[in-house]
Amino acid sequence: MFKLVVIGTSLGGLSALKVLLSGLPANFPVAIAVVQHRHKDSEDMMSSFLQPHATLSIREVVDKDDLLPGTVYVAPADYHMLVDVGYFTLSIDEPVSYARPSIDVLFESAADVYGEFVIGIILTGANQDGAKGLAAIKAQGGSTIVQEPATAESATMPAAAIATAVVDWILPLPKIAPHLINLCQPMWK
Amino acid sequence: MTLARPKLEDIEVQLLLEGVYRYYGFDFRNYAPSSLKRRIWNILCSEKLPNVSALQEKVLHDPACLDRFLLGLSVNVTAMFRNPNFFLAFREKVVPILRTYPFIRIWHAGCSTGQEVYSMAILLEEEGLYPRCRIYATDMNEMVLKQAKGGIFSLQLMQEYTQLYLKAGGKRSFSEYYTAAYDSAIFRASLKENIVFSQHNLATDSSFNEFNVILCRNVLIYFNKTLQKRVYELFHASLCPFGILGLGRQETLKFTPYEAYYEELAGSEKLFRRIH
Repeated sequence: MFKLVVIGTSLGGLSALKVLLSGLPANFPVAIAVVQHRHKDSEDMMSSFLQPHATLSIREVVDKDDLLPGTVYVAPADYHMLVDVGYFTLSIDEPVSYARPSIDVLFESAADVYGEFVIGIILTGANQDGAKGLAAIKAQGGSTIVQEPATAESATMPAAAIATAVVDWILPLPKIAPHLINLCQPMWK
Repeated sequence: MTLARPKLEDIEVQLLLEGVYRYYGFDFRNYAPSSLKRRIWNILCSEKLPNVSALQEKVLHDPACLDRFLLGLSVNVTAMFRNPNFFLAFREKVVPILRTYPFIRIWHAGCSTGQEVYSMAILLEEEGLYPRCRIYATDMNEMVLKQAKGGIFSLQLMQEYTQLYLKAGGKRSFSEYYTAAYDSAIFRASLKENIVFSQHNLATDSSFNEFNVILCRNVLIYFNKTLQKRVYELFHASLCPFGILGLGRQETLKFTPYEAYYEELAGSEKLFRRIH
């Protein structure tokens, strides 16, 4: 049974996240952690922007927040977000590939801690962050999904992920949420 | 929640930290595992070592490697007036309180290379409070403290720092505070007059004075909850009644046993006032 879904995206990510999260029911049984690249001075606008489109509760992570099922956790601007067993840890270590938060940092720590119980998802984006992290998830036995590059506002990030990692499913954006529900609630289907 | 299989690397990390603690006295055992491991991975990479056991061998037998290890595990990301809104809130909410004190003791815990300490000295100077302040700036790492004492930063950074200084409510021209020499910015010696730099380890050392203000931003995020609790206890024991505690933007006293002892002075900027 999966314990954590991690999602990474940059350019075009907000609208993609809107589509994905609006497709998930309030009783979605797994925690979701999101890294969306953004300006370091941006306030907590992401969760307030996304919340009206989602039935799951969305929050910007404060250090050591518990990792609970059915909640969407957003990495705060200018911090890396990592996972430990059952909670989140933030860091202000150097940006990785010019990014803080970095998708690779979240994905690599998720792979290290939750191994086969992780689903990693790469959505639209204009750089290559996340490709290494997705490969780490795969190497630790987790599952991987990438948005079909043709359906992405910016295809660079999905294409880089597909080139680097073994990807289990390449899906058009509207198909990702139904697929997640299938993966995470197999008993009820 | 525990996950089934114990990982070899996790065992190696525990042995390394235990060894470093027992042999050298530096205690990283209660650091947050995820960010600590990431830094250890980086050290393995720069030391060109295949695994954590090899690092253990090298750190325990080679003091020069220990220095690099300690530097690799220190928080060295800092800037002057980092998160300018914090300094703005400090000016607006904390300075009026400090004006009522004849003498002000400030503890800057985990000061790293000192940029934020000099920022605070500049702020207090502009508010006319600096002559009655004493700032105790501490870090566990001697090497970063040495840099902090120097007060010399890269000239390249000054453009960025000037922007942050202005956003933080700076009242003068930022260039008044430093002299450019080659590619360095040397900060005015008078800013250092009331700063005491000294080594202190939040993981193992105890309280050393009573303070009106304690600043510790983006340091506790590197600790696990056990060590965070220890440090909150230490801060509570080191803060005068009605003293001020300043934390990082994504840190909070909420859900800690110490929540009830503080009120929010500027919630969004994580300035708290001790009320019990």
